[in-house]
Amino acid sequence: MIRLPAFTYLAPTTVDGAARLMAEHGREAMLVAGGTDLYPNMKRRQFEPKVLVGLRGIPELRGIRGSAAGGFTIGAGTTLSAVAAHRDILRDFPALATAAGLVSSPQLRNMGTIGGNVCVDTRCNYYNQSYEWRKAIGFCMKKDGDICLVAPGSSRCWAVSSSDTAPVLWALGAKLRLVGAEGERTVPMAALYQDDGIDYLAKRPDEIVADLQLPPAEGWRSAYLKLRRRGSFDFPVLGVAVAARLEDDVVRDARIVLGAVASQPRPSEKAAAALVGQRVSPELIAHVADLAAGPAKPLDNTDFSHPYRKKVTRVFVARALAAVCGLGDSGVTSEEVA
Amino acid sequence: MTKNEFAVIGRPLPKVDAWAKVVGETKYADDLFLPRMAYAKLLRSAHAHARIRSIDTSRARALPGVVAVVTADDLPRVKFGILPVSQDEEALCADKVRMVGDPVAAVAAVDEETAEQACRLIEVDYEPLPALMSIFDSLAHPEVMIHEYGDGPNVHKNVALQFGDVEAALEGADLVREDVFFFEGNNHLPMEQHAAVAHWARDGKLTLWSSTQTPHYVHRVLAKVLDTPAAHIRVIATPVGGGFGGKTDPFAHEIVACQLSKLTGRPVKIALTREEVFYTHRGRHPVLMWIRTGFTREGDITGCHLRTWLDGGAYGSYGVASTFYTGVINPVTYKIPVYKFEGARIFTNKPPCGPKRGHGTVQPRFALECQLDKAAEQLGLDPADMRRRIVAEPFTKTANHLTVTTIGLGECIDKVVEASGWRDKRARFGVSARQAPRRSPKKRGLGIACSAYLTGAGTAIYWNDMPHSGVIVRADRSGGVAVLCGATDIGQGSDSILAYLTAEVLGIEPKDVHVHPADTSLTPVDLGSYSSRVTLMCGMAAIQAAERLRDAIFKAVARKLEVSPAALVARERKVGVPDDWDKAVPFARAVELGEALHGVLAFPGSYAPPKRAGKYKGGGVGPSPCYSYSACVVELTVDEDTGTVELENVWIGHDIGRALNPLLVEGQVEGSVYMGIGEALMEEQVFRKNLHKHPSMLDYKSPTTLETPDIHTILVETDDPEGPFGAKEAGQGPLLPVIPAIANAIHHALGIRIDEVPITPDKILKALDLKRAGKPARVGPERLPLFTFKEPLVVESAFGQPAEAVVSRPFASDDKR
Amino acid sequence: MKVRVALNVNGEFREALVPVHKTLLEVLREDLELTGTKHGCELGECGTCTVLVDGEPVLSCLALPIETAGRRITTVEGMAEGGQLHPLQQAFAELGAAQCGYCTPGILLTATALLARRPSPTRKDVKEALAGNLCRCTGYTKILDAVELAALRMGRQEART
Repeated sequence: MIRLPAFTYLAPTTVDGAARLMAEHGREAMLVAGGTDLYPNMKRRQFEPKVLVGLRGIPELRGIRGSAAGGFTIGAGTTLSAVAAHRDILRDFPALATAAGLVSSPQLRNMGTIGGNVCVDTRCNYYNQSYEWRKAIGFCMKKDGDICLVAPGSSRCWAVSSSDTAPVLWALGAKLRLVGAEGERTVPMAALYQDDGIDYLAKRPDEIVADLQLPPAEGWRSAYLKLRRRGSFDFPVLGVAVAARLEDDVVRDARIVLGAVASQPRPSEKAAAALVGQRVSPELIAHVADLAAGPAKPLDNTDFSHPYRKKVTRVFVARALAAVCGLGDSGVTSEEVA
Repeated sequence: MTKNEFAVIGRPLPKVDAWAKVVGETKYADDLFLPRMAYAKLLRSAHAHARIRSIDTSRARALPGVVAVVTADDLPRVKFGILPVSQDEEALCADKVRMVGDPVAAVAAVDEETAEQACRLIEVDYEPLPALMSIFDSLAHPEVMIHEYGDGPNVHKNVALQFGDVEAALEGADLVREDVFFFEGNNHLPMEQHAAVAHWARDGKLTLWSSTQTPHYVHRVLAKVLDTPAAHIRVIATPVGGGFGGKTDPFAHEIVACQLSKLTGRPVKIALTREEVFYTHRGRHPVLMWIRTGFTREGDITGCHLRTWLDGGAYGSYGVASTFYTGVINPVTYKIPVYKFEGARIFTNKPPCGPKRGHGTVQPRFALECQLDKAAEQLGLDPADMRRRIVAEPFTKTANHLTVTTIGLGECIDKVVEASGWRDKRARFGVSARQAPRRSPKKRGLGIACSAYLTGAGTAIYWNDMPHSGVIVRADRSGGVAVLCGATDIGQGSDSILAYLTAEVLGIEPKDVHVHPADTSLTPVDLGSYSSRVTLMCGMAAIQAAERLRDAIFKAVARKLEVSPAALVARERKVGVPDDWDKAVPFARAVELGEALHGVLAFPGSYAPPKRAGKYKGGGVGPSPCYSYSACVVELTVDEDTGTVELENVWIGHDIGRALNPLLVEGQVEGSVYMGIGEALMEEQVFRKNLHKHPSMLDYKSPTTLETPDIHTILVETDDPEGPFGAKEAGQGPLLPVIPAIANAIHHALGIRIDEVPITPDKILKALDLKRAGKPARVGPERLPLFTFKEPLVVESAFGQPAEAVVSRPFASDDKR
Repeated sequence: MKVRVALNVNGEFREALVPVHKTLLEVLREDLELTGTKHGCELGECGTCTVLVDGEPVLSCLALPIETAGRRITTVEGMAEGGQLHPLQQAFAELGAAQCGYCTPGILLTATALLARRPSPTRKDVKEALAGNLCRCTGYTKILDAVELAALRMGRQEART
């Protein structure tokens, strides 16, 4: 059996308390909520924290509050199952419910939290391996080594952002509230990330994602498409989140965010801008899909070949746009698009 | 006999071990916890190919909690391997490692965590050698020898057999097709990771509990490598949590657990991690194939020439047999008058390949069935009708001298064609049927393929004249009957089959039968749960033993009732004369009468297959008492924008001979279909930078409920004279046709050929791109190794000769009722 | 760091003094001798070690006892009530849904939670609920059949009472 390394477990009961503990223990400490990302990584010795600060016993982190008109606040400790099944989320932010419901497996969604998914470690198939495997290949810079095995010569790590919910939250214009030892701040999703496989989170280590705030849903439609080998278990090797506001068939606002194509969710601002003010048509969608897929540069460090992932990016963007714009391009099933 | 004459046979009964399994009481190897048990871990090589200069275990020994550390120096220097001709493995590598994952040292400690920590403290000084990671590498570098033995540098086995004049037959054909295929390797991925517990007791006797499919072979190997009399070793196969051929070899961890137990005086457990299971492997060989077949205008095969190159990995394992199996079973299915086969197994620095469900026959089946589909298309024939026409003749011999008995393949084809709506859907779906402009990117297709598989290997792994399977049946005064048999239940239901057959013969209920399996000290030898041999061989042995018991009981009851024994029947837990059933004696009473007359009622049954090996070197691989047949139709949808394949329905007709329990047969067929789907679409054991690319359950892709289509199983019964109550195998054969049927259905949907397994979405898009560019719409291997096969052994084709006498086998009862 | 954990397992209060980093899977099997809970990867990639915590299927290989203290844990050993098998256990045995039986405990518990939430599931519901439990033997067919049969029987039972 592959087992966890030893650690000390601290269980604060408030977010402030958790942030203080994180500040106190510094680099030795890590946060754990559902544990579904952290524990496998610890078993493979990708993480070796001496101290775990458990967030489960903090009531204020759990629950979904708000209304369609005023927006919703989702506690970061809310399980993915709860997000996926929440009546209001299903109605007003169906892409979020879809994304949460497509994370890994049913059991894992019962444990994993939306805060955890937003902060999920970047992945790479040279990195998500056992200690012995990584030692055999000579370790990589993300842990225990100093080179990048997928792009030798690179000065940065190319591990892939693998969150399903992050691109959707970004596309929906969500904000998140970070609570740190020094106080709290509310920032847009974009501010949480940076394009680096190691330091992919732009927050301070003591800062805790306390909740996710969704703006009023009015007029917005959204879709999320996920590419992976199987209908369960697998991380996204491409995620396409599209949100748009239409008046009749003219696009008034649009956001397109791609997941699993970089070390952070990647917005396609140029593509989204090309939609705004336009009347939707198959030609427009094809054009925008090209714009969105163009900059995506997947590397050969996840499942499926990277040229294939690139090819499908265009298809998925087009399909997600068609679904959101009500063009109903076939090929999209109801499960894939909300 | 017709079906309704049976009391137990043919009924969809629960398995005898089902109740323990649904309440969590079944004890698998890792569920055993013995007092004072130590936990061991293996330190495995981080190099694909390297010389071991030295191993320093001092830091590991010093770690508190460590009770023993061993290296090759602590074991007798004796190599082992499952086949007598390939004794090339070491429990702990002494001088050289040949793959990442090769065991080099082991630690026993008070707990697993400590053992693992200690392993990380062992320092091994390696001198790296060039790693040969493909057939091409290994053949290009004869100066880098992975092993010192074989049929050439890095060539484990080189075989060539020719039956009749193939060149002449091809010359006379209306169409000759030459195709090249590749089948990627894959793992069994049993849910249970291998585990073993060894206890070398103070009396000097060793007991090993292991999740093994072959306790008898493990027993022999332990005696050899531990330099201990076999008489003092007891191997107990615990219920196996999934085998599929992956637990059919003797393994390093079993040997090491025993030695550590000897050294520490404590029971020792080794439980492999999932990653280690991928290194232990013995999975499907990657095989490159070249196949040249001649056809007449009507679709008859005039002759076939097959070449296979197997990527064997670092050790022999079953590889010699695997090599033959890539060549010898194809002729069992169709009329192939002349046949030539050349095969070679090449060593590479990867985990050793071996027997996985369908052992060696799955890959050439893919090649043949895809080629038939291409030929049918070229000849303008319906692929189902063409196959129907060329089905082999029952009770004849094949070109390569295999004796075939019953064949239900024609009926299997008819039934899947009908059930699937083949004729209607073939016309409606498919790339050629569509003229309408593109509406949906999702294209539907329907494909067919067939197969055959052996019901037990006709020869044992080591040459001998003893039974392949033995059973002791002992009646108890309670009316209960104990069945002792070396067979291992790996989930296929061998314990249940033993109970059903014994109950049927004795006229009692399966619940009255107590099966004691797989304990080398108590049970007669059964060679193991491999080659689909168990139901037939143990079954025949059980029937013989039970009949002997029944005859003894009849003799006693006949005296009591003053009738002839021949007038008696056993049924409803009674023994009596059918016309005078009121006087029938309860079974328990009948046992008492029998015991009073004969003494203890314990009877053996023995089975060895008929000796029908072809009289040529290599003729020992392929013969089987009888062959099962399967036909499969797959209905699927392919998304031509993403290349994603969605399976909708699989219809599978399987010639089972007789379904001893239709529920269990269906389960075997459904499981085979499932495993075929995984191999066809996603499973692959591949390597990068000398390492297994994804040794995990997450990244080695195994289909979930969501990828598994509706499976429609149709059982065809042919009542084979060789099988127990007419039964043939079900556990492996139905896997074979699924993979080419999927490939053929994809071709039907899109007009592209993916001549390579797994058929992944990127290959589909690549083929579609080629098609759009006006190039041949095929993705598959482009080159073949430069390799000289040996001069073929030329033997006359035995095609069409009548089968040798059926039901003539060693140990058969003379007093057959 | 060893901690004393008080667990409510199958309705019994069980105490164990265990290292805090020992997973629920390990504690169930190695400290509480409940070996009915199996394991296939210990990384959350197969579903074999599924148990119920407050009625919800979770992966015991990724749960710490300290995080489940005070919550209701159900393992396969706790499914039968008194001498009576759970209808799912009965149906799995009858229909041959357990071949090697190794994934069976996890699947039974996942299905238990499904039927508690959705007493008359469609085939699609069952497939989705069990999408996190790998089985290599059955092709899932008999498993899906058995869950449906159990649902039917439980429905009838319900109707009667």
